[in-house]
Amino acid sequence: MMARHIRVGMALAAAVMAGGVAPAAAQGAAASLAAQGCLGCHGPNGEGQDAIPGIAGRPAAGTEAALKAFRANERPGTIMGRIARGYTDAEIAAVAAFFATQPR
Amino acid sequence: MTRLTRRAAVAGGAALLLAAPAAPRAQGTARLLVIGGGFGGASAARYARLAHPGLQVTLVEPLARFVTCPYGNLLLGGFRGIGDITHSYDGLRARGVTVVHDRAEAIDAPAKRVRLRGGQILPYDKLILAPGIAIRWGALEGYDEAAAEMMPHAWMPGDGSQTLLLRRQLEAMPDGGTVGFAIPDNPFRCPPGPYERISMVAAYLKRHKPRSKILALDAKQAFSKQGLFQDGWKALYGEMVEWVPGNRDGKVVRVDPRDRVLESEFGVRHKVDVANVIPPQSAARIVTASDLAEPNGWARVNTATFASVVAPDIHIVGDANNGAPMPKSGYVANSTAKQAVASAVAALRGQAPPEAVYFNTCYSHVGEDYGISVVGIFRPGPNNTFVEVPNSGGVSPRGDLPDQRRLEAQYADAWYASITRDMFG
Repeated sequence: MMARHIRVGMALAAAVMAGGVAPAAAQGAAASLAAQGCLGCHGPNGEGQDAIPGIAGRPAAGTEAALKAFRANERPGTIMGRIARGYTDAEIAAVAAFFATQPR
Repeated sequence: MTRLTRRAAVAGGAALLLAAPAAPRAQGTARLLVIGGGFGGASAARYARLAHPGLQVTLVEPLARFVTCPYGNLLLGGFRGIGDITHSYDGLRARGVTVVHDRAEAIDAPAKRVRLRGGQILPYDKLILAPGIAIRWGALEGYDEAAAEMMPHAWMPGDGSQTLLLRRQLEAMPDGGTVGFAIPDNPFRCPPGPYERISMVAAYLKRHKPRSKILALDAKQAFSKQGLFQDGWKALYGEMVEWVPGNRDGKVVRVDPRDRVLESEFGVRHKVDVANVIPPQSAARIVTASDLAEPNGWARVNTATFASVVAPDIHIVGDANNGAPMPKSGYVANSTAKQAVASAVAALRGQAPPEAVYFNTCYSHVGEDYGISVVGIFRPGPNNTFVEVPNSGGVSPRGDLPDQRRLEAQYADAWYASITRDMFG
């Protein structure tokens, strides 16, 4: 009972917070500035655009591994290797965590 | 409901209060004023409303619609129409931005207010100044506003008329004619832009007027993505493009619009059939008139916050600032505008600016299905500099890589759709 109330409470709090910044929070505008750098190609919510793949809603571990593989030149690509080599481990982790929370 | 729920809801409320920017005055919300509705200003206004909904955001832009510089070259090539590169401010209005269609005349920095041409006075707590460039009329002898009606620059699209004028001139030119370009020294808006334009004009000529020539007269010895462009010109257009660097008398110093002559430093008069003069530039007039520019014509800013070094409540983003080695590009304007807004909000709250990383991706079409790119990631460096992250970024690989070129052309088109949505959507 107690646990359920806590869960409800947390959900409510989250809803209140989301409401206060909605629809901003859902669209991730408060993203770290490192993640903001992705939006100009991957779409304002990371949802992808035509030939550019979506990166929203993917598990963080997968995104992080992909970015690190691009950075190490172990994953073929046209442009992502050049981009990933500009980011620190912490930024890659933040970018991956951010897009994992975005609706696909 | 239970106490626990209420407590959690109260915690949510407290988080909300923290999320709202501290009002600098006793009442009301902080006022963010944005001057200029292009890649810097529109991105700033949209991001401000999304990330900081407590901010009151006003955007001042003279024109009712925005015609982008990017993809204007595809219009010249015949691959896009003017409607494809024209954007409305309705999306920003729907997000709660107050859009005022007027021109900012003067900034009173100590009093923190801006006077518009129509007489309105707009006070601000923080100003994002993103007015773009001005053409230095007279820097090329003979090139004034009247000359631009005969030899278009098409470098400040305005309502699109300059780009459309150049397109009409290309359409009217007979097969076998010469299209001349005058290209300035650095720094100028969009370093790869002249060369993408040469490419797109060549694509049009190859299809419709294949006996024609392109004479590109350049003040510089080298240019952005040079090897890639020159490889592409050769592969797609054969010998159509002749590029003359500054050390081979490529620098145009004088123009004669009536006879369509581009005259070089050493007095060679190149008579052409259509002339695109990309003139020397400075920051827009509001920047220079407000004493925010250095003698070189561009505004110096704090490289972590984009605050003017002479006016800390004015953040200057986009092509108007002195951002070298970052290029004057739409992507840099978009990326740095977000840092400027975040820094302005942090300052209102008495906080340090967020850690900064700036980002550039510029695609260029060499052909309709042949794209190339340059990437740059930059950070604030010592002594108020911008520093490119070592061993990152750079241009597309050279060589016979048809898949890469085809994909990058597709990515360029998607880039345009994405970034304009990140500005106006």
